[in-house]
Amino acid sequence: MADEKLTQIYIMGKAYDVPIGVTIMDAMEYAGYRFIRGAGCRSGFCGACGTVYRKAGEYRLEFVLACQEMVEEGMYLTQLPFTPAPRSDYVLDELDPNENVLLQHYPEIARCVSCNTCTKACPQEIEVMDYIQAALRGDVARAAELSFDCIACGLCAMRCPADIKHYHVGQMARRLHSKADLPIPEHLTARLGQLDGGTFDEQMDALAGASLDELKAKYAERVIEKAEAPEAATEEVTT
Amino acid sequence: MTEPQFAGLQDGYPDYMRASIEKVEATRPRRLKEGTLAPMSAEARADLLEAWHPDYKADRKREIAVGASMGDRMPLEVADLLEAYPTVDPDSIDLSKPDFDVSVLILGGGGAASVAALHAVDEGIAPSEILMVTKLRHGDCNSVMAQGGIQAADRENDSPSIHYLDVLGGGHYTNKPELVRALVEDGPRMIEWHEKLGVLYDRVGPDYLEAHGGGTSRMRMHSAKDYTGLEIMRVLKDEVLNIGIPTLEFSPAIDLLLDEAGNAAGAVLFNLETEEQVVVRARATVLATGGFGRLHIQGFPTTNHYGATADGLVMAYRAGARLIDMDSVQYHPTGVAYPAAILGQLATEKLRNQGAEPVDAEGESFVFPLEPRDVESAAIIRQCYGEDKGIETPSGIRGVWLDTPMIDEIHGPGTLKSRLAAMWMMWHRHGIDITVDPALVFPTLHYQNGGVEINADAATAIPGLFAGGEVAGGVHGKNRLMGNSLLDYNVFGRRAGISAARWAKEQTGPSTLSLAHVKSYVEDLKSAGVDEDRKAPMILPDYRREAVTARRLDALQ
Repeated sequence: MADEKLTQIYIMGKAYDVPIGVTIMDAMEYAGYRFIRGAGCRSGFCGACGTVYRKAGEYRLEFVLACQEMVEEGMYLTQLPFTPAPRSDYVLDELDPNENVLLQHYPEIARCVSCNTCTKACPQEIEVMDYIQAALRGDVARAAELSFDCIACGLCAMRCPADIKHYHVGQMARRLHSKADLPIPEHLTARLGQLDGGTFDEQMDALAGASLDELKAKYAERVIEKAEAPEAATEEVTT
Repeated sequence: MTEPQFAGLQDGYPDYMRASIEKVEATRPRRLKEGTLAPMSAEARADLLEAWHPDYKADRKREIAVGASMGDRMPLEVADLLEAYPTVDPDSIDLSKPDFDVSVLILGGGGAASVAALHAVDEGIAPSEILMVTKLRHGDCNSVMAQGGIQAADRENDSPSIHYLDVLGGGHYTNKPELVRALVEDGPRMIEWHEKLGVLYDRVGPDYLEAHGGGTSRMRMHSAKDYTGLEIMRVLKDEVLNIGIPTLEFSPAIDLLLDEAGNAAGAVLFNLETEEQVVVRARATVLATGGFGRLHIQGFPTTNHYGATADGLVMAYRAGARLIDMDSVQYHPTGVAYPAAILGQLATEKLRNQGAEPVDAEGESFVFPLEPRDVESAAIIRQCYGEDKGIETPSGIRGVWLDTPMIDEIHGPGTLKSRLAAMWMMWHRHGIDITVDPALVFPTLHYQNGGVEINADAATAIPGLFAGGEVAGGVHGKNRLMGNSLLDYNVFGRRAGISAARWAKEQTGPSTLSLAHVKSYVEDLKSAGVDEDRKAPMILPDYRREAVTARRLDALQ
């Protein structure tokens, strides 16, 4: 613990003195909680520790991840470790990537009132409402791109007055975008053909039969590929 | 975002660190112009590891006194769990009425488990005949946290044989060759499978954006920003849900079951919420329970998820499986050293493959940025504790700078935020902008290099028990390269799922369940004089403060 100075927080309404300079998750453990639910990767990637708090004297609810957010004096907090949010089953290969496909699976996105509460609830600072609007317009690529950083903590779906299950919509959009808009690169298909045709079998057999000294010599002889100059010339698509 | 409540902070760092940051800024133009230091020779690497890598401290390991790998040296923390009695007396478990009777039982809920489940279905097992059980939620795992990428030799100037050499050399030639061959030959196939499932890999035009990792000789690292593990895992989970494979969450296995012939026959689970026993009888069992980061070996912080407590090793070892390469532990070179609130969390190797280099308190580079992980870690430890050129944090930890602003200098403004969105966000939450200031890092416990021995079909020494992912050993030898863990869990998760399905189809009639192997292991422990207070599996670490646990009452009857 960086600092032994203590501050008071309220876990589900009950006061505990916890150190300053630690995350909400660490503070709860310091207070004596042992997590079963509400702790997963502990690094901000899994969405298990969605947490809601309101500070004394403030009217706004804040939405954070317990493993990433530092405790502050006077926090009244509770975890929301599970979101009841039914999803729509689908067979990716049989989906017709038409502009209505997301709407067909999640008709409630049409109920979006553009209140932006979902965006305000997102601990990943994603423009959640914008990707739901993109989904509604049938712009699958945009919905995929905007939702990319989603960790499915579910806080958006818990807040939505229209009962939209945003993160399921985003997931479907991303898979659909990959399938419909980004064909498998030719060099990958070519490599699979070579593997199936046994192109590398002889090399691999030789390596499997090589002595330790031969392997060490081959390793030392490797030429390290030079990273190319800045890719400014080529257009980059990150998602 | 709220600002951290510290006095004397300037853009997230304590004032006293600013002088060192200014030195980093002063040397940056020269370092950018001159390029990085060259990779070390094999001899220099060996000397560095011997002197500074935590694995080479002999007094932090001991020979294991019981079981199939008796006499092997392992970290004390691992030996303590293997030389331990069952938490639940085997005689207290009622095996007469199994709660589930399935073809394939999959232990684990991460990457390897999901891949195995999907491939068991492809191999002809009905989804309803499979049961996936996991300690936390489906997807709470190390797979979801992997950031940098996945290796696969799919470009024209690359080949499985070049990948093979990189893996073997990185692992100090201790890897099992048949496993390395499977890993590299299946690589492109797994990427194609991901494409068919709808994983979004980063592209440059129609092709993949592929980069180096530490110890690679070709650029073959496929990524999805720095959410690569998350992107693959959430697609796998979505597909498991689509297909309807039954999953039991918050129900970790505490012991494997064998039948009278000694074949794997299921597992005893523990419902973490109701504290009930759950007995599963299965024709084939897949062990995909992940690694051991939460054992905090040698006191290191870890990048690992909350449930990474080596339960799979413990269960499999009691049942007679052999463990290999358990003497080696992977410390990721760049864990967070500051701020303390996120100590030990991962600063992905992708930061380095995009151009950030480690520099010391004087702003000088001291190592090629992309050495294999054990070498890079040892170099950072030496710079802090041998050369005394680290930066000390307010909590007394030393670290070196990872010069992250170099990334945008090299590739153009905006690159870091788009390719490393998760990293940017992690420090941003603590008031640090890594496009402007460097990040302070030190090695962190990252990966279980060794594990349960398997063959190329993912079969263990126990008939009917298959293993894949971090729980299995042999693929990486004594040191894993970046981007080969995501590949590993895909390749061997797939092979485990296929092998389990084939094995299950060959079995006839229900088996008689037994925990006799656990009782016999207990006898061995007693003969070896093992302290009877030592219990395993751990299931979850306990981070409550001692002042609370010391006063704990068990008053709720």
